[in-house]
Amino acid sequence: MSNHTGDLTISQPPGCTENTVTNETPPAPIASTKGLNADLVFKGVTAAFAFSILVILALMALEMVKESLPTIKAFGWEFINSSDWNPVQDTFGALPYIWGSVVSSILALALATPLSVGTALFITEIAPRKFGGVVASLVELLAAIPSVIYGLWGVLVMAPWLQQTVQPFLIEHFGFLPFFQGAPYGVSMLAAVFILMIMVIPIITSITKEVLLAVPQSQREAAIALGATRWEMIRMAVLPYGRSGILGAVILGLGRAIGETMAVTMVIGNTPQISLSLLSPAYTMPSVIANEFAETTSKLHASALMEIGLILLAVTLVINVMARLLLWGMTRQAAGGAK
Amino acid sequence: MLKALRKSLAILATLAVTAAAGQASAATLINGAGATFPYPLYSKWFSEYAKIDPSVKFNYQSIGSGGGIKQITAQTVDFGASDKPLSDAELKAAPGKLLHIPTVMGAVVVTYNISGVSKGLKLKPEDVADIFLGKITKWNDPRIADDNPGLRLPNAPIIVVHRSDGSGTTSIFTDFLSGVSSEWNGKVGKGTSVKWPIGLGGKGNEGVAGQIKTTANSIGYVELAYAFENKLPTATLRNKSGNWVEPSIQSTSAAAAGAVKNMPADYRISLVNQPGKNAYPIAGFTYLLVYQQQKDAVKGKKLVEFLNWSLKNGQKLAAPLLYAPLPENVKKMVEKTIRTIK
Repeated sequence: MSNHTGDLTISQPPGCTENTVTNETPPAPIASTKGLNADLVFKGVTAAFAFSILVILALMALEMVKESLPTIKAFGWEFINSSDWNPVQDTFGALPYIWGSVVSSILALALATPLSVGTALFITEIAPRKFGGVVASLVELLAAIPSVIYGLWGVLVMAPWLQQTVQPFLIEHFGFLPFFQGAPYGVSMLAAVFILMIMVIPIITSITKEVLLAVPQSQREAAIALGATRWEMIRMAVLPYGRSGILGAVILGLGRAIGETMAVTMVIGNTPQISLSLLSPAYTMPSVIANEFAETTSKLHASALMEIGLILLAVTLVINVMARLLLWGMTRQAAGGAK
Repeated sequence: MLKALRKSLAILATLAVTAAAGQASAATLINGAGATFPYPLYSKWFSEYAKIDPSVKFNYQSIGSGGGIKQITAQTVDFGASDKPLSDAELKAAPGKLLHIPTVMGAVVVTYNISGVSKGLKLKPEDVADIFLGKITKWNDPRIADDNPGLRLPNAPIIVVHRSDGSGTTSIFTDFLSGVSSEWNGKVGKGTSVKWPIGLGGKGNEGVAGQIKTTANSIGYVELAYAFENKLPTATLRNKSGNWVEPSIQSTSAAAAGAVKNMPADYRISLVNQPGKNAYPIAGFTYLLVYQQQKDAVKGKKLVEFLNWSLKNGQKLAAPLLYAPLPENVKKMVEKTIRTIK
């Protein structure tokens, strides 16, 4: 596509191209606007759109760094190393929020990945095509539910269920482990993990499904020809082929989980503490921003929330770049395999 | 082709300008932003006032007290609104003299969910502070039980629920706790967001109420209006004069009446723990923030007219919406303050 446009531009007078696209050189030849080519306009407009995204991102990052300078100066590394978050005293340490975000997202992924990969395998390899299609669209439907609905369901239905049924059971039978100690409040790290798990399943499932569909049929046929059962075929021919793509799906899911605000805020209990126990309430980075930003008490408070945003942006950016690289690797591999 | 496009654009632009100008001459638009707590009352006031003076239109954005203070300081709005009085530093940051105009009062109630106790809990303010400090941990603690001989309090741990979002409700509640407990004042202090010693955080009144509803043996605080609308059980508190006072609109107004003797001219006073036989101890003003020197004479005049109306007629609309109206003696003071706006 881009090559095609490039060919067209070369056929135009060079001055004209530059003018319409970059507006840099004096407007001498632009008098001939009648020759204005729709392709050129299109190219210019789309390029402007693409660059505006970069500019917006850069400006956002710049503004956030600028706004968080007061806390960066005041606390330095202590900001991400301290647990003391006290708006009244103007001391800020973000460690419990970072801990809450990272732990809740990773645990949610640990639970969601096997479920999602299993679902995707069922859709692509096992179910009859029509039935698989129904399951796939139902899973995608989950992604369309607004997160506040998940939050409401979480706090009104799931949290009481956890409190009355699941958590007492865990305390009784696994209470000797540090992960299941304390009182059953319902709202807890566990609740956040469950909510996030449900929210990332559709993302991981649908991407994994596409990845598995990209596995060439010849792979499967070869495995079956060698006498493999269906399970052996999936294990030896399908999954290894889609490995990097599935990893990319998981990382996109992580991006979604770590940035989720509303649903998590409603079920996690909003208590900035670092506890090994999954039953105790916790707090996440997006939640504290959403909770406290509207009513910040001091400049330093606002700056601290900005710095949390900056940390979140950095984490999300790293995750996205990783996902891009992996997906890129997958498509190249798939294209190579098809040849 | 291009020329035609340009022409039609020019026509459109002229049309838009004339339309905007036409609207401007029809009604003066007064912009305001700030506290969410009084928003239902203010929108009622604006719609009622539109019937009396159709030449003025109000546009109020309930973005929170902090946002309201920022906007009025930056002069992007014509009036601000806040649940808490401005600090000296905040007043200094404003480019002109900002007046606090108290409009109505709100109260914060202590609500609970105790197994076997549906209503009638009485609490001393010091005990409320110690519960929220985590020093009273069980419902059948003698300090609570002694005030409630008629209730069967369970031998169960107290689960504390507080607001997780920054809010004026938290500000008033922590102000109250700071006033009754020196330990709270030293350890935690007061503010829209504080470092809670214990407890779970719920987002908004509904988050706290929902948490309490689903958690047995829990305690928390919400706005009076929210508790009444949702028929939540509320604790009766002992006030400064030693009386047990139930939260109500009357007892909230009584708190302001009790404070009138010490009322500073700028109304920057906390209404918690006020003297008075019937004064409920956790109450506070909500304010409009207006510059004394109005930049736009037309808008200024309209704003003053509205403020006077809200004082004379608007107060009657407060109680049905579960806001406490200003007592007579405070109304007289505010009237004088409004007169100083130029």
